[in-house]
Amino acid sequence: MKRFAAISLSLMLTVLGPVAPALASDLNDQVTTFTLDNGMDVVVVEDHRAPVVVHMVWYRAGSADETPGVSGVAHFLEHLLFKATENMESGELSKTVAENGGTDNAFTAYDYTAYYQRVAADRLELMMKMESDRMVNLKLSESDIATERNVIIEERNQRTENSAGALYREQAMAAQYLNHRYGVPIIGWKHEMEGLSRQAALDYYKQFYTPNNAILVVAGDVTPDEVRTLADRYYGVIPPNPDLPERARPQEPPQTGERRIIFRDPRVAQPYVSRSYLAPERDSGDQEKAAALTMLAEILGGGQTSVLNEKLQFGNKKALYASAFYDGSALDDTTFGIYIVPVPGLGLQEAEDALDQAIAEFMEEGVDPDQLERIRTQIRASQIYARDDVSAVARLYGAGLTQGLTVEDVQAWPDILQAVTAEDIMQAARDVFDHREKSVTGWLQTQEMTQ
Amino acid sequence: MIRFVAVFAMTVFAALPLRAEVKIQEVTSAGGITAWLVEEHSIPFVALELRFRGGTSLDLPGKRGATNLMAGLLEEGAGDLDARGFAREVDSLAAGFDYGAYDDTFTVSAKFLTENRAEAIDLLRLSLVEPTFEQDAIDRVRQQVLSNIRSNKTDPDDIAGEAFDLRVYGDHPYATPGQGTEESVTALTRDDIVTAWQNALVRDRLYIGVVGDITAEELKVMLDDLLGGLPETGPDLPPVAELAFDGGTHVQEFDTPQSVVRFGQPGMSQEDPDFFAAFLLNTIIGGGGFDSVLMTEVREKRGLTYGVYSYLVDKDLAKLWIGSVSSANDRVAEAISVVRDEWAKIAAEGVTEEQLEDAKKFLTGSYPLRFDGNGPIANIIVGMQIQGMPIDYAATRNDRVNAVTLEQVNRVAAELMDPEKLTFVVAGKPEGLDGTSN
Repeated sequence: MKRFAAISLSLMLTVLGPVAPALASDLNDQVTTFTLDNGMDVVVVEDHRAPVVVHMVWYRAGSADETPGVSGVAHFLEHLLFKATENMESGELSKTVAENGGTDNAFTAYDYTAYYQRVAADRLELMMKMESDRMVNLKLSESDIATERNVIIEERNQRTENSAGALYREQAMAAQYLNHRYGVPIIGWKHEMEGLSRQAALDYYKQFYTPNNAILVVAGDVTPDEVRTLADRYYGVIPPNPDLPERARPQEPPQTGERRIIFRDPRVAQPYVSRSYLAPERDSGDQEKAAALTMLAEILGGGQTSVLNEKLQFGNKKALYASAFYDGSALDDTTFGIYIVPVPGLGLQEAEDALDQAIAEFMEEGVDPDQLERIRTQIRASQIYARDDVSAVARLYGAGLTQGLTVEDVQAWPDILQAVTAEDIMQAARDVFDHREKSVTGWLQTQEMTQ
Repeated sequence: MIRFVAVFAMTVFAALPLRAEVKIQEVTSAGGITAWLVEEHSIPFVALELRFRGGTSLDLPGKRGATNLMAGLLEEGAGDLDARGFAREVDSLAAGFDYGAYDDTFTVSAKFLTENRAEAIDLLRLSLVEPTFEQDAIDRVRQQVLSNIRSNKTDPDDIAGEAFDLRVYGDHPYATPGQGTEESVTALTRDDIVTAWQNALVRDRLYIGVVGDITAEELKVMLDDLLGGLPETGPDLPPVAELAFDGGTHVQEFDTPQSVVRFGQPGMSQEDPDFFAAFLLNTIIGGGGFDSVLMTEVREKRGLTYGVYSYLVDKDLAKLWIGSVSSANDRVAEAISVVRDEWAKIAAEGVTEEQLEDAKKFLTGSYPLRFDGNGPIANIIVGMQIQGMPIDYAATRNDRVNAVTLEQVNRVAAELMDPEKLTFVVAGKPEGLDGTSN
């Protein structure tokens, strides 16, 4: 039953959906792209069913682009962008959006920061006027800094400090990455968040918030011509930053030592074991390995008839849940993971042994061709369902283009997934599972447990 | 994110949106089953929403959690198919079925492709009409539910919510979680599950919304195929809940860095002539997606929280006005104090013309924007039916919002807002709050 599975999945890292998001050729026909003279990329996704538009600006800058010592500043700045600019009062942008019946928000990830509004299509110009203003005209007061820093600390309390599972994941990621900033939480380490200054926020802002580092994505009831005219007027006039540095972040050295962590917290009611392996991500023009890993995660962990469920939930009944996770959407090396939530009374060592045994059996038995065919069918269908939600399509482009992919790469992805063979999947499995030295195995357990 | 997207707001009253172009048809099958339909042929799939009034409130005494466990079992074996056989069939068709048990409703959400619609409907019918409830599946899913129940006991958000419900709803089913307790779920038998299924999935409490690539004539046939085999009627619903708000601040001790707070007082039915005034008032005070008084005072001015919200909760058997806020243990007392002060201030002084106008602009402007896909529209039109809205409700809705006057809002503020009854439940280790202070 998938309803309850969602509970344990929410304990985990990034989780793949029922099927990987993918775009069909029909959908590709709805997409237009161009670049403004100052280097700002533009993607338009047309859907004329309702007079609504989603307006997003994505920056090729996330938490992994931060300078060491100021973790959380990318996300802190995201909050501060709702404060005053030279032309707007603090809070005016959101207030204006609400007065126009719209909603707005923003999000920060390792590789990007994005801002969006969802409004009636005839308010698009107003959104561009305000969003382009805060790209370059932010004014920060010291009182803004002090108050908003408390807000992000409460946000960390809510998301992380109050959740044993979230604290565990933070530790596991820190153990996974020896050198890359993916090992540092997006929201920041608490002690560094407490010291975040106005200057640190402004330094990040001046370095990364520039049209030649941004992507405009507009989805909904608009035409590419309308978007181009407005984008030229509001974003096109902003000078590019000629000193924008090339995006080269510290990379992982060879990982040669298998790591294990034990995380104890009295708030853990349901212990589990997870293991992640360093794994390749989708690269421009080279997405085949990531496609095979995506299919591998589906084979091992996608739904009731997945290999891990078959063996561990239905077979030897050692798991309440067992699954696999992989997200190829990343600029740098990502992770492939597996986990088992054991049935009551089964210790974590036995659970880990059962998980290892299930993987070993899979490596012997290979891919069930019927299961592979079902997954392919679902990926094809997902291209039909995806047309019902152009905001999600807009996010695929925003994320892709900030993570080193091109529009062509995003559009080629479904066909690349379809072309993955059983042999590709087994090769991908060997490439992951034969390298325990690149892995982190973690036990999440209550304080009382002694094993 | 600058703002948390509060998912539990989904369960409370949201202004029903509609864009002018959406044409809702009422369709009645030969077998007498009625559905609302929006035809949308541009994408070859259908979104189907079923709502059976009753939900977990139909759990019999001592059988708490039966409806919820039953919901988890419908896809775990039906007709000749076992759990995996059923999953394989669903996956092969690339259909999606979800079953849910909530306080007032049992829900089924389905989406399926035009190319294999008949097979998908047959499979969905099997799960609703011919579930097998094999003991093996019951035991397996029961363990998953029990794990979930245990996890909630160490989640401050769940601790606060459960403690609040227990305090407010007295001996009504709403007082305890619909998934049951470890004791009640452990004791459930197969017979209990079967009874829960027979009681919950009945045709005279069923509401249906359909959006997508299907015609009215096709839908009529589909409705009888899918639902004709369900029983006509079931047992009575429980009585209206008697609410208890003592106005105190109650602490549920739990060792965690940030205290989670639920607060509430009596609310208002959407059938009340003052409902839109109350709805505008709540939007001003604590509505999400809006620059509310509580967000301004607690977060923007003082940095005491990441989010503070309030909601009008229109359950079938209880009307509440509730809210939530979370603050570090050493700051939560101040957060609660600010909420109490603002509540009392607005009850006494009301709101301003400017605040009311801003809220009206937000509510009326956002109204047409919520139709963003077949699934969401199906949800909206089934919600309209279960709330007793007329099929042309949309045409008058914004007028009703705009007709509310400042005098009316401030009269409702004075009459409805009751600082003496505003009751707080805190999960955490708050500093400067007595266990049951007021």
